[in-house]
Amino acid sequence: MLEPTTHPAARSFLFGRLTLDSLPFLQPDLEGRIVLVTFIAVCLGGLAILGLITKKRLWGYLWNEWFTSVDHKKLGIMYMILGTVMLLRGFADALMMRAQQAIAFGPNMGYLPPEHYDQIFTAHGSIMIFFVAMAYIVGLINYVMPLQIGSRDVAFPFLNNLSFWFTFWGAITFMVSLFVGSFSTAGWLGYPPVSELQQGPGVDYYIWGLQLSGVGTLLSGVNFVVTIIKMRAPGMTMMKMPVFTWTSLCTSGLIIATFPVLTATLFLLSLDRYIGTHFFTSDFGGNVMMYINLIWVWGHPEVYILILPIFGIYSEIVPTFSGKPLFGYSSMVYATCAIMILSYLVWLHHFFTMGSGADVNSFFSLTTMIISIPTGVKIFNWLFTMYRGRVQFTVPMLWTMGFLFTFTIGGMTGVMLSVAPADFLLHNSLFLIAHFHNVIIGGVVFGVFAGVNYWFPKAFGFKLDESWGRASFWFWQIGFWLAFGPLYIMGLMGVTRRLSHFDNPALQPYFIVAAVGAGLIALGIASFIIQIGVSILRRKQYAVGGDPWNGRTLEWATSSPPPAYNFAFVPNVHERDAWMDMKRHGYRRPLEGFNDIHMPSNTASGVIIGTLSFLCCFGLIWYIWWLAVASFVGVIVASIAHTFNYHRDYHIPKAEVDSFEHSGNWQDAAQGANA
Amino acid sequence: MSSTAVDTAQSRFLCLEEPHAHNGTLLGFWIYLMSDCFIFASLFACYAVLGTNTAGGPSAAQVLDLHGLAINTALLLVSSVTFGFAMLEMSRRRKGAVLAWLAVSGLLAAGFVTLEIREFLGMIAEGAGPGRSAFLSSFFTLVGTHGLHVSVGILWLIVLMVQVGKFGLSEANIRRLQCLSMFWHFLDLVWVGVFSFVYLSGVLR
Repeated sequence: MLEPTTHPAARSFLFGRLTLDSLPFLQPDLEGRIVLVTFIAVCLGGLAILGLITKKRLWGYLWNEWFTSVDHKKLGIMYMILGTVMLLRGFADALMMRAQQAIAFGPNMGYLPPEHYDQIFTAHGSIMIFFVAMAYIVGLINYVMPLQIGSRDVAFPFLNNLSFWFTFWGAITFMVSLFVGSFSTAGWLGYPPVSELQQGPGVDYYIWGLQLSGVGTLLSGVNFVVTIIKMRAPGMTMMKMPVFTWTSLCTSGLIIATFPVLTATLFLLSLDRYIGTHFFTSDFGGNVMMYINLIWVWGHPEVYILILPIFGIYSEIVPTFSGKPLFGYSSMVYATCAIMILSYLVWLHHFFTMGSGADVNSFFSLTTMIISIPTGVKIFNWLFTMYRGRVQFTVPMLWTMGFLFTFTIGGMTGVMLSVAPADFLLHNSLFLIAHFHNVIIGGVVFGVFAGVNYWFPKAFGFKLDESWGRASFWFWQIGFWLAFGPLYIMGLMGVTRRLSHFDNPALQPYFIVAAVGAGLIALGIASFIIQIGVSILRRKQYAVGGDPWNGRTLEWATSSPPPAYNFAFVPNVHERDAWMDMKRHGYRRPLEGFNDIHMPSNTASGVIIGTLSFLCCFGLIWYIWWLAVASFVGVIVASIAHTFNYHRDYHIPKAEVDSFEHSGNWQDAAQGANA
Repeated sequence: MSSTAVDTAQSRFLCLEEPHAHNGTLLGFWIYLMSDCFIFASLFACYAVLGTNTAGGPSAAQVLDLHGLAINTALLLVSSVTFGFAMLEMSRRRKGAVLAWLAVSGLLAAGFVTLEIREFLGMIAEGAGPGRSAFLSSFFTLVGTHGLHVSVGILWLIVLMVQVGKFGLSEANIRRLQCLSMFWHFLDLVWVGVFSFVYLSGVLR
């Protein structure tokens, strides 16, 4: 689909290169029809939601209680909702790819033209990483970490709100490309020379969507590090922190050290595209491999940014449901730190085929193999925690055991790929696709579902339905192996990735099995949505108190859901597993003697700055220069105006604290104390 | 369980007094600066790889002017000294002197940016613009990104001067001055890297 609007003469002052021809749903072909139906469905669905909100008069509530909120718990929940919505989008892309590859053999070209297929795999990869996995990770850290360290909020509550809106508008930038123009076809990392091609706004959508969300993530990383370093409850030394907090710290450190590289790299790519520099071009001295190196200097640590907090989640769940402290706490912490450092030294294993020579390849091959050692330490720590424990097979625990099984296999295929000579054969094959889905689905996605099932009662005061949770788990677990088992096999046979059509009919059965697997995963996602819906309907029946799982860490010491101030009195920590320690020593919750509590105020600045930044990016994507300049000036003015507001906090009066502490949802906590 | 045991458990496990808020702004800003280092590191890496790829165009030795550089560098380094004076006056709580030294620092930095823009325009006029070769792309981007940082610093300095003028040397304003001070010295440090790595070694090459 060539863009007819790239000719400079076709550009207008008002709309830049945006014309009616850039609206794909107005095209008369099959693709146009598909997009038109989607567009109508999205419009109707959107109107229905907006209408419902207006009818129920919820705008004021949403604005005051959510959009402008600086409460880390509400922002955490908003991140989780964003992640779930984007999961549906990213997974729809996956289903379309699986359907195409299952039918496109020989004379049958399938239903997606190559140009469209390329957009879909690009969107699938980048959405799943940036707006599903990252949104879930940042959401979980946001919600849980401040509670675990006994804090009232994060260090920079306004920045936290701003981060969310940057991420949100980054996701919207990606979504807009569905209906206005087209998306990048250059793969999820936007490799040149394809991403250098000037035709169409696809790569520009990709660049600016990622720039917005990247800034948001970087600010979150800074925020989390300062929160953990400065705001831990008294007595909680570093080696008494919960493991999830430790992994959040290491992940945030990685974010700070890598996201700027992503920002710089995409900035250089946009200079190439906008002002004609020659960083990554094939002529005038540019160097394509420079881009590949830089993007993976960010990209490899990124996968550890995703998996480290997930390791933290498992490290909370396994002790809780084994009724034992975590086996090898210190080794878990050191393994996390070791992975954090090593993850920075392996990026070249993504392109051994660059031809950097045996010595360089050996170095990166070895560091890659070494990184599996601390990871193995963690696996053994979880197993030894379960050993001789009284293991309860709850839904979070089920996901954890599914992870141990699946992720370990994914790790081993990773070690296979780390052998540089083997990688020359497996590079860009379906084996690689199967490997990274094996660690990202088997690790990150399973961990997110484990974490959601584990902490949902804390956030909402009722548990999630068990049977739909189990159904979701089994659909995912079986669906995963059906979807990616065939890809491992075909990868070993030499089938490469990103193909929209195959000549060899012998491959078709494998792709049909993979499509069936994707269908099962779809049922797994549906079960998860139903699980949440059913649990909301039965919330009275599933209601729980502050400590439904007999937890060990401080988030279980407060009510479910926690009050805005988290803890009426900041806890004093003496041991690891501080809440277990409190319960063992007959701790009783005080019901009097409360103080006024100092809290940050809500602000609209985050919404305003985020929205203006999006408009600026939209102007840049479509060469609507007046819009880009005006909204950029708007961002600066709004930021400066924000600094003139010196009154950013208020006190919750002790009477209000007193009334909540007598009415909140505590029951199980008291029982736990008796036990 | 007796009530005294309960009371001991309470005071053992709870801070009955509201603890003092820790202010993490300076640490947070310092960490942000470290992340900014990675942006510059990426640009330095690009220059290191692409800096000799002149594609038949001018080389560093042919386009870079060391005399202009001397004045430029002097302006920026002196502005760091004068910013230091502003901070000393801040700790003596002398608002007028703080504002005066801030103004001097801002003017010196503005001189730096002006000279840099003149250098850029001169090079573009000679046909040595950022689109000429990968060397020039990486040169303009690295030096320009530093210049952009200095310009943002000047804007921040103006806003902060208005705020100090209006609201005095309040706790919040002192914290902001400390942040800007770190930013200012950080940019100096990056400039030391730029002039040794780009200008000096470029002319030697």
